[in-house]
Amino acid sequence: MNVWQFMLENHSEVLELTLEHLWLVGVSTLLAVLIGIPLGILITRWPALNKPVLGGANIIQTIPSLALFGFLLPAPWIGARADRLAILALTLYALLPLIRNTFTGIKGVDPAITEAGRGMGMTDRQILFQVELPLALSVIVAGIRVAAVISVGLATIAAAIGAGGLGEYIFRGLAMVNDSVILAGAIPAAIMALLADFSLGLLEKRLSPS
Amino acid sequence: MDASSNNPAAIEFRDVSYRLPDGHELLRDLSLKIFRGETFVLLGRSGSGKTTTLKLINRLLAASTGEVCVAQRPVAEWDVIRLRRGIGYVIQDVGLFPHFTVERNIGLVPRIEDWPPDRIHARVQELLQLVGLEPSIASRYPRELSGGQRQRVGVARALAADPLLLLMDEPFGALDPITRAELQREFLALQQRLHKTVVFVTHDLREALLLGTRIALMESGRLITVHTPQEFVHSTEPLVKAYLEAFGTGLETQLKRGRP
Repeated sequence: MNVWQFMLENHSEVLELTLEHLWLVGVSTLLAVLIGIPLGILITRWPALNKPVLGGANIIQTIPSLALFGFLLPAPWIGARADRLAILALTLYALLPLIRNTFTGIKGVDPAITEAGRGMGMTDRQILFQVELPLALSVIVAGIRVAAVISVGLATIAAAIGAGGLGEYIFRGLAMVNDSVILAGAIPAAIMALLADFSLGLLEKRLSPS
Repeated sequence: MDASSNNPAAIEFRDVSYRLPDGHELLRDLSLKIFRGETFVLLGRSGSGKTTTLKLINRLLAASTGEVCVAQRPVAEWDVIRLRRGIGYVIQDVGLFPHFTVERNIGLVPRIEDWPPDRIHARVQELLQLVGLEPSIASRYPRELSGGQRQRVGVARALAADPLLLLMDEPFGALDPITRAELQREFLALQQRLHKTVVFVTHDLREALLLGTRIALMESGRLITVHTPQEFVHSTEPLVKAYLEAFGTGLETQLKRGRP
């Protein structure tokens, strides 16, 4: 049985796993945006926090994903359900590109522009929301794009701890030594990654200031 | 000039020094008074301390020792946001926000001062006319304008909330010679109508003689002399003479052209 036949016959399961996958990626990327952007802003305001925050996010990235899932298993509430665990781990991985891009995006704004704003009597808040964030937006979206694409790939591993998603097919296919089943998980995941990359890439280009 | 004692200083520096955190001194023992309605030029080469002096006025920098007063009041006692909104600030080339239209750029201070939108709109139109720009330019972005147009927008933005003081940091420095001469003439005409107190930073002696009512020559963080343009061209002070020689002949005509 080839992969297309398999997917056609199991189309409702394919759809269900795809939606699960999308849920894991979507929620974790959203959480990473909500945590990462404020952290990125924070370290532009308090340079002393710069190294510990970026360093911490960097270290998380170096932990192999399977090991990170394992480490988080004993955590209360989180560890009780596989999807919570997977979302937490994916969020942690997605933090680095978001913090880093928010930081470099804001730092990349021409200092003459922010100084002109201060010289005219804008408050720090006004400069942040009216000048720095709008001008850094395309760089921040580039960070979201990287985070989303990484998450689509990493989320396949979440199936190893029973969190569902398209990784189910990949692990099942590996166990059954069946390429068609592996591809039934891998192809939709690849399409999802490409779509995320393409659509966020378009947004990034539209928001680019020049 | 009319630096009479009964005319209170709009800006006063009292023994002001400014040092970087590493101890490097950018400005040393500066004392001077700038009076209402004059165009006070800070002249000097790069690194002479003229921009530092300017930034001490709107507190973008804070004096290490000594005191800077605006309207008889030490700037340290001012609410810094109020102080800055009362002072127009024009800098070379890049000060416009690239993601704002001309209208939003010019209306920036009125907007953060919560003026009603129709009043801001009317003010923007008035200012565009004042600086010689077409009303239709309001919806454009800074990148769509020529250098001269951008600089006019910069001046309009600084004038938006009708400040008494105007700080201009080499505002015409990045323009081609013809546009620069045009803007200098317009500035003179504008200043004759508005009588703002202007502090103008430049390294161009011709510009200083043309626009200034008084010229302060600075060198290595020190104030060398303060002269009217007429006094300046006849000064025997060695540094002034060196400056005059560097700019060559024909300065007298510059002077005459400058006094309409």
